[in-house]
Amino acid sequence: MSELTRTPLDETATVTRGTRGSRVGLGTGIAVAVILAFAPAVTGEATTNDLTQFFILLIMAVGWNLVAGYGGMISIGQQAFIGFGSYAVLDLSLHGVLAWYAIPIAIALSGLVSIPVSFLAFRLRGGYFAIGTWVIAQVFQLVIGQQSNLGGGAGASLNDLNNLSPITRDNITYWFALALSVLALSVTGLLLRSRIGMALVAVRDDEHSAAATGVNVVRTKRLIFILSAAICGGAGTLLIISNLEVQPNSSFSIQYSAFMIFMVLVGGIGSFEGPIIGAVIFFILEQSLDNYGVWYLVILGAFAIIVTLWLPRGIWGTLDPQHRRSVVPLRHQLHVDTE
Amino acid sequence: MIWVNAVIQGLLLGGLYAIFACGLSLMFGVMRLVNLAHGDMGVLAAYFSIILIEHLGGNPLWTFAAVIPVAALVGYFLQRLLFDRALDGGELSPLLVTFGLSIIIENLLQQTFGANDQSLNIGALSYQSWKVTTDVYVGRLNVIIFVIAVIVIIGLQLFLSKTRTGLALRATADNRRAASLSGINPKRTRSIATAIALATVAIGGLFLAMRTSFAPTSGSSDLLFAFEAVIIGGLGSLWGTLIGGFALGVAQTIGSQINPADGILIGDLVFLAVLAFRPQGLLSLRSVIAR
Repeated sequence: MSELTRTPLDETATVTRGTRGSRVGLGTGIAVAVILAFAPAVTGEATTNDLTQFFILLIMAVGWNLVAGYGGMISIGQQAFIGFGSYAVLDLSLHGVLAWYAIPIAIALSGLVSIPVSFLAFRLRGGYFAIGTWVIAQVFQLVIGQQSNLGGGAGASLNDLNNLSPITRDNITYWFALALSVLALSVTGLLLRSRIGMALVAVRDDEHSAAATGVNVVRTKRLIFILSAAICGGAGTLLIISNLEVQPNSSFSIQYSAFMIFMVLVGGIGSFEGPIIGAVIFFILEQSLDNYGVWYLVILGAFAIIVTLWLPRGIWGTLDPQHRRSVVPLRHQLHVDTE
Repeated sequence: MIWVNAVIQGLLLGGLYAIFACGLSLMFGVMRLVNLAHGDMGVLAAYFSIILIEHLGGNPLWTFAAVIPVAALVGYFLQRLLFDRALDGGELSPLLVTFGLSIIIENLLQQTFGANDQSLNIGALSYQSWKVTTDVYVGRLNVIIFVIAVIVIIGLQLFLSKTRTGLALRATADNRRAASLSGINPKRTRSIATAIALATVAIGGLFLAMRTSFAPTSGSSDLLFAFEAVIIGGLGSLWGTLIGGFALGVAQTIGSQINPADGILIGDLVFLAVLAFRPQGLLSLRSVIAR
């Protein structure tokens, strides 16, 4: 809490960073994460693997929400960084780096590679930005698909972890997935609390007004783009250590974009809670519609249209239209006491 | 001589890309809507043609007469029922709605026709060719596609510059509010633009299906090629789109000549180079690109 010494009306005012509800929410979140850390000891192996898949989806949703919800950039090329993250782990392991250690390096590399990408993609706006990122993802796929040391178009397996028993491997993968989810959510939360976060919310709400109040819009957007790329790269690293194989067509699949867009839209775009809700709903849908094959994707597409047109703020945004509530303490609230 | 051949084949291919691209460019110009299902609609037209041939027989060439008006009609109502609503929802809505549409079309096609490659068999025309020199042959179909592409672009340009409806489209592209104030019906104008866009992409889809094989997911790559042609040529100009299509086609065939697997990649790299060094496009009348 910080005291403001002078306000325009000479009133005393205080700024608070959270409500009771949001502190309870944060506490609950931490408790859930701690409980989840012990899940492999209690649940069966199948549940552990399912939860790993859920965390991967959650991380993707957080990454896409950051770039689209806060950055206002509809990217349909984030699979470039997902695939890049997977292949970076493979490449590092071929150079003798154990896959677990390769994960943080691969995440950092995904962020780094997005810097030159941003300079190209940022020349385009709106819809053309969207297709531009798609083309860039295709370039990633084509270039990596031609590296014969990485398996070329047929793909390759990650043999690094073969000496571990499947259960040990799955459990470690699970903890990595949980840790990266917590990390992605924490970084996003802390970023939103910071000065950059305020700039970001200003850019989200109105780019021109934000620029007029001194926000460096392009720099803020670039930072978000890089962070989102690193998060998506993180999802990619988890994909390879849980599937133990990569293949250009599936690692860089446009379906990831469809999944991310669906989760964020349904949960509530541009909110901290939205991607979490969206990932839970998507995960349940995926589990229950698994037998329906392509129909499941048709339903996904139809949902995307329906939600965009009739529920544009998603589930969380509809519950909280004024951005007042928050499950974690992210917002600044000004209380003015008139004397 | 193989390079001369590559350039000629590239120009012929580029004409096809220009047909795909002109509708994308028109819709963006008139209503700032980027239709992410644009390529899928071309593929949908090709499957429609396959169904017609299955039931009625004959050479696929006649199906143009049925597919084009149906596509235009679909475009008109798609705008009225879906896109207009999406445009009211702000900048992001049209993208999300058309992306959803793209997923639906691709997966419904996969469900109905399977994932296998198909093609439209037009008989002898698909392999007959004209001899230019001893080393250079041009496929008759490819030349026909090229000529029709140029005719479509010229026709569209004449339509935009000479007719009242064309004037309304251009006025809306320049300034929507001013156009609306001077008595232009924005809903009607937008619907006409989408009808034209779908008619042209249907032509492209049918020609592509005659030229090579296609599959339910071909629409994505068609969209990317169309988009690259628009950006390489420069936004806001149909001539630019034609030039952009040629440039992309030539880049791809030269790339394939260097290494058969590299055609698409070289096309992408030319696109990225244009983005980096000449973001207004090769032939730009009006830059709508940031910075």
